[in-house]
Amino acid sequence: MTNREKLDQEELRRYARHLALPGFGMEGQQKLKAGRVLVIGAGGLGAPVLLYLAAAGVGRIGIVDFDRVEETNLQRQVLYTVQDVGRFKAEAARERLLALNPHISVEVFTVPFSRENALELIAPFDVVVDGTDNFPTRYLSNDACVLAGKPLVYGSIFRFEGQAAVFNHLLEDGQRSPNYRDIFPTPPPPELVPNCAEGGVLGVLPGIIGSIQANEAIKLLAGIGEPLAGKLLVMDAANLATRILKIPKTPGLEIRELIDYEQFCAPTPPAPVREISVQELQGLLAQNADIQLIDVREPYEYGIANLGGELIPPGEIPASAARIARDKMVVFYCRSGKRSAEAIRQLRQQEGLDNLCNLRGGILAWAREIDPSMKQY
Amino acid sequence: MQVRILAFGIARDILGAGNLSLDLPQGATVAELKARLCRDYPSFEKLASLAIALNAEYASDSQAISTGDEVAIIPPVSGG
Repeated sequence: MTNREKLDQEELRRYARHLALPGFGMEGQQKLKAGRVLVIGAGGLGAPVLLYLAAAGVGRIGIVDFDRVEETNLQRQVLYTVQDVGRFKAEAARERLLALNPHISVEVFTVPFSRENALELIAPFDVVVDGTDNFPTRYLSNDACVLAGKPLVYGSIFRFEGQAAVFNHLLEDGQRSPNYRDIFPTPPPPELVPNCAEGGVLGVLPGIIGSIQANEAIKLLAGIGEPLAGKLLVMDAANLATRILKIPKTPGLEIRELIDYEQFCAPTPPAPVREISVQELQGLLAQNADIQLIDVREPYEYGIANLGGELIPPGEIPASAARIARDKMVVFYCRSGKRSAEAIRQLRQQEGLDNLCNLRGGILAWAREIDPSMKQY
Repeated sequence: MQVRILAFGIARDILGAGNLSLDLPQGATVAELKARLCRDYPSFEKLASLAIALNAEYASDSQAISTGDEVAIIPPVSGG
């Protein structure tokens, strides 16, 4: 045993429940103390990961995050308090973790995790935990771990659903377990997959998935249990339906270098749609022109402000095509013009309609330029 | 034959439900299921990256589906 792993009297007291745990004991605790984990992203997933790794006594923890704490983070990012709003997350997290466990060391990197620094950042660590919130950084974390030969504890969330896995784990036969690209070789078009800010997320969900990631990281370091390697856990918190899928390696898939991940995950430019301005619409309405007005928003938004259009929420567009007029101009609008443009593209493809027109800037433009008494939200 | 579809993530929005039952020709493959979903739900086509699991095992396009199988459709999610 080296000095680095030796537990002092205070540590022996602190970790008593681990020491008493069959199959974990002194050896497991010493391995945690010698263990080095890099957590990329100190957000919803990073918060429970960091808290549990620190509490468990992982000797060296690195945090990469350049964001600052915002009020909307507090609904799920349990590391932070109201006093932390505006501070660097990584700095606030470091303070909180050292208050929880002064026997560990915490390094912070308040920089974006990028193609330029990824390999250098992960090099000194044994295990990397993916707590990022976007596809480019997820593919980057994955590829960097594959190139550096480090296991990656993956977690990701959406609304009520979460995924977790251990990628690139060194197996007994010397092979590496499958990685993110074996499951999802290419990213989805960004317009199709909303992030937490757009799609919403249940506050406790990152707590569940992040705790699963902490569990996997601790198992890897202590060498206990069976890691979630070669598998993908998928969970729906709404009904607790959980599946653990077996994942094979994709033959011929090889990661040779880091690439431009922003470009790799970039949106395909959307097809243009016909547009009218709020002034043109105002003119048409004033002349009582024979047009149909369709509001592509959610009912609660309609309650806040509306232009009197027929409400068809985005999810009901495909099934409501029969309500769209074929013989006159139809003007679609939403809050900013984005969802209504997408609805037009969808109907053009599905029904071949060419009489559809988008209100440029949506309700917000109307409130700004035509009717200042209209609520902006 | 009837197969049970379990849709996760954005696939649930596109299919309009998390759980549904689909009637497929006997011996249909995963690729045929995907083609059918693209035909019935045009937005499905844009989900280029998609994991399909047959009875909790990742399935390739050429794999045949059997009566009573549970087919899970798992798109990538990015939140953290």
